[in-house]
Amino acid sequence: MAYFIPTAAEHIPPAEVPEVELYHPRSWWTRYVFCQDAKVIAIQYAFTAIGIGLVALVLSWLMRLQLGFPEAFSFIDAHAYYQFITMHGMIMVIYLLTALFLGGFGNYLIPLMVGARDMVFPYVNMLSYWVYLLAVLVLVASFFVPGGPTGAGWTLYPPQAILSGTPGGAEAGIILMVVSLALFIIGFTMGGLNYVVTVLQARTRGMTLMRLPLTVWGIFTATILALLAFPALFVACVMMAFDRLLGTSFFMPAIVEMGEQLKYGGGSPILFQHLFWFFGHPEVYIVALPAFGIVSDLISVHARRNIFGYRMMVWAIVAIGGLSFLVWAHHMYVSGMHPYFGFFFATTTLIIAIPTALKVYNWVLTLWRGNIRLTIPMLFAIAFIITFVNGGITGLFLGNAVVDVPLSDTMFVVAHFHMVMGVAPILVIMGAIYHWYPLITGRMLNEPLGRFHFWVTFLGAYSIFLPLHYLGFLGVPRRYFEMGETTYIPESAATLNEFVTVIALIVGFSQMVFLFNLAWSFFKGKVADRNPWQATTLEWQTPEFPPGHGNWGPTLPVVYRWAYAYSVPGADQDFLPQNLPPDQASADEGLERPPGVAAQSAE
Amino acid sequence: MTITILGIFLILLAVAGLYVMGRVQGSRNWVLGGFIAILGLGGLFVAASSGVHSPVGYYGGLVVFAIGVLAVFNLVKLAFDEAEKRKHGPAEAPAFEWSSSRAKNLVALALVLVGAGTVAFHFLSPWWWTPIASNWGYVDDTIIITFWITGVVFIAIIFFMAYCVYRYRHQEGRRAVYEPENKKMEWWLTGLTTVGVAGMLTPGLFVWDQFVTVPKEATEFEVLAQQWQFTFRLPGKDGVLGTSDSRNIGPENPFGLNPNDPNGQDDVLVEADELHLPLDKPVKVLLRSIDVLHDFYVPEFRAKMDMVPGMVTYYWFTPTRTGTFDVLCFELCGIGHYAMRARVVVDEQSAYQAWLDEQLTFAQLSAQARNDAAAELVPASSEGEADSAKPGFVWRDSN
Repeated sequence: MAYFIPTAAEHIPPAEVPEVELYHPRSWWTRYVFCQDAKVIAIQYAFTAIGIGLVALVLSWLMRLQLGFPEAFSFIDAHAYYQFITMHGMIMVIYLLTALFLGGFGNYLIPLMVGARDMVFPYVNMLSYWVYLLAVLVLVASFFVPGGPTGAGWTLYPPQAILSGTPGGAEAGIILMVVSLALFIIGFTMGGLNYVVTVLQARTRGMTLMRLPLTVWGIFTATILALLAFPALFVACVMMAFDRLLGTSFFMPAIVEMGEQLKYGGGSPILFQHLFWFFGHPEVYIVALPAFGIVSDLISVHARRNIFGYRMMVWAIVAIGGLSFLVWAHHMYVSGMHPYFGFFFATTTLIIAIPTALKVYNWVLTLWRGNIRLTIPMLFAIAFIITFVNGGITGLFLGNAVVDVPLSDTMFVVAHFHMVMGVAPILVIMGAIYHWYPLITGRMLNEPLGRFHFWVTFLGAYSIFLPLHYLGFLGVPRRYFEMGETTYIPESAATLNEFVTVIALIVGFSQMVFLFNLAWSFFKGKVADRNPWQATTLEWQTPEFPPGHGNWGPTLPVVYRWAYAYSVPGADQDFLPQNLPPDQASADEGLERPPGVAAQSAE
Repeated sequence: MTITILGIFLILLAVAGLYVMGRVQGSRNWVLGGFIAILGLGGLFVAASSGVHSPVGYYGGLVVFAIGVLAVFNLVKLAFDEAEKRKHGPAEAPAFEWSSSRAKNLVALALVLVGAGTVAFHFLSPWWWTPIASNWGYVDDTIIITFWITGVVFIAIIFFMAYCVYRYRHQEGRRAVYEPENKKMEWWLTGLTTVGVAGMLTPGLFVWDQFVTVPKEATEFEVLAQQWQFTFRLPGKDGVLGTSDSRNIGPENPFGLNPNDPNGQDDVLVEADELHLPLDKPVKVLLRSIDVLHDFYVPEFRAKMDMVPGMVTYYWFTPTRTGTFDVLCFELCGIGHYAMRARVVVDEQSAYQAWLDEQLTFAQLSAQARNDAAAELVPASSEGEADSAKPGFVWRDSN
């Protein structure tokens, strides 16, 4: 096991690196708008993603109002309701979560954490944001065209997505949707190539791959997944646009719509589902892996303890990333595909639970025997573990083909994916914002407001989605505008829906408190210490604070150890920054390697 | 043969375990845990394989498994305690101070409450399965197995975190324990997780095999879906459904039956939204859609499958209880999705036969339609011809 020694390297003289290759802004426009600095691009990504995310939040209120109080609101009809659920899902998954994790946190943290001056291709990075913004604008435009946005569900399954029985199907809604997705993918590809190349090529001296913080590992692996998975969605979007506009029949078999024979024939609706989920399942991990990485760092910093089993954590991230391409058809057990696929995909799906569970154990074991500071980021990290485990184990229900049969397309599925890829990653995003806000702005977020926000969000979100699982067991379908009369759903289910709606509105309100905190603290917040959380990673060690253009001044940092040197025995302080030279650390650095390794190398 | 090999394997494993226990200090609980885990897994295999034939083996196996899980968790806990005792260093927490650490303890308390609340909600929730009305009780059983395995893990993790938050809360001057990794513990956890996953997957695959294997004696019927209704077709006296194609669909032939197929002439067409099925007879549902995706689901039957235009999908079940059940569309199919309903009535054989005798066949309905058309043809003959010419514009026919 000698290949991994997270220990002090021999002394490496710092290199004077002329940063001639950096583009320096000369005007307000190139400094703040058409800016090539990854940190500014990250903020632009984050603002845009949160902005469009607020639209999704409002949409979720509207749909919850309908579910909790059916027939009480005349402006919500079935047409509008299906548009709400579709746009809510699409915005949250693609335009908020993917963009915020990769475009936002990826851009801000990758160059800083690997010790680079900027992304490797700053101009392409800037283009990436502007194409993303265009994609968002096209998406928003679909709210204002005749017929409104598409109401096909975020999965956009043809044939219904492009037929007149679906909102926006025969009008411009679906076209704008697929065009927006295609633009998003183009923009993302530009950014994604940057993240991968930067991690591989622009690491500073001493920053080996096995010294990278797990945040970088998570974002890096997720980006590779995205670069491989998004093309499938791109192809599906292009083909669907052809079916709708040119009358081709990629996904369209012979169809009789409302008694009229359509001029389609020979296509396969299931082909679209395969393409969609070949993208769609890795997408879950495109969102989850950055969250895994970030939460690992939050837990380690705030528990003052090294992340437990770093190598296993890296291995698990890579294993999950690889396996995520082999499980897509578990979304399709009841789609009508060949039933024997079920054996294969149920097996692969449950296997992916093993590295995922290992990550959970290691997070918890990092808390074990730690020195836990219950800061707000730590609270969010703990809440993440609970909601993620909850959502993960319900994934074991749905991944097991035969259990999926009665549960698919019920509220159980809604509860599951909201818990696992809605609530859990968003809790990480919030924790990460509380954690890195001082780095970005130089000020701390307000603590009492933050605690209020945390408890309402966590307990609220948990009590929204936990009961929904049980409605799913009962057999309440998802994507129902209203339940109407049934023989098997008791009155109490309606009461539960009212309760959930009220909680959802409260949780929504607490997000306003969060936004207020973000804005207020920017001007009035407590000025942050130089390294307020006493973290080891490089982003906190820049010469300027908050980090300036080019990040590092004249010399790039040199990395001497892994990112998790917390509570090293013998050290003066309970953390050793990655770039702290060993002669200043005064720790027994030999202990810094895993005990087993030390014994072996001694032999 | 398999039993012998497995037995030899177990004995070898036990010998190896005893050897390790003797040699490695403090490994007793880990070895015992692993051995019990394997036995528990064996119980699950017994349960899964004997499920169909013997309830004794089934529940007995599950009990063995459950005991195994509990024992393993207990041993893991003991092993953790033991490991902690051996550790030294500055990690010893001072005695519990209520006043200064109240807030931190509230967090631990909140975690405990979330865990306990989840368990309480699970057991007190009035929302649970509808009483089953088909042979798919095994599906419910698999879910119960999954519930126990995952539930135990979930609660264990929450309570362990609560314990950590309480026990290892921040104190000035104290250092966390520096331990980059613990290979042994990680492999044990991976192994135990694998056992748990296998415990859910194995019964799942057994039942999935039953789900996708339609028994020979199952009789077929067809559900035809379109925006936004279900209609039904049953084979006539010959027991065979006639061929169909959505190209044949027209006002006189709403099911698109092939008019030249003699098997189709006696097919019974049910255009009402109510289908009757005989009790205790396995049925294979053939699912067709003529426009978009739909899904034919009766919650009490526990089985569903999407209906995909351009192909025929299927599943099978045996109704096991009489009654009237809701059919709901379970795949988003457009703006009327939520209102796409029907009913299935499960009858005793005699009542079913009486209902069946009232239904009309394809031949009868087409004769009726021809008469109606002839009556209509008198005032508007040209319009009728235009209608019949319409299929000529269809994509494929133009070739």
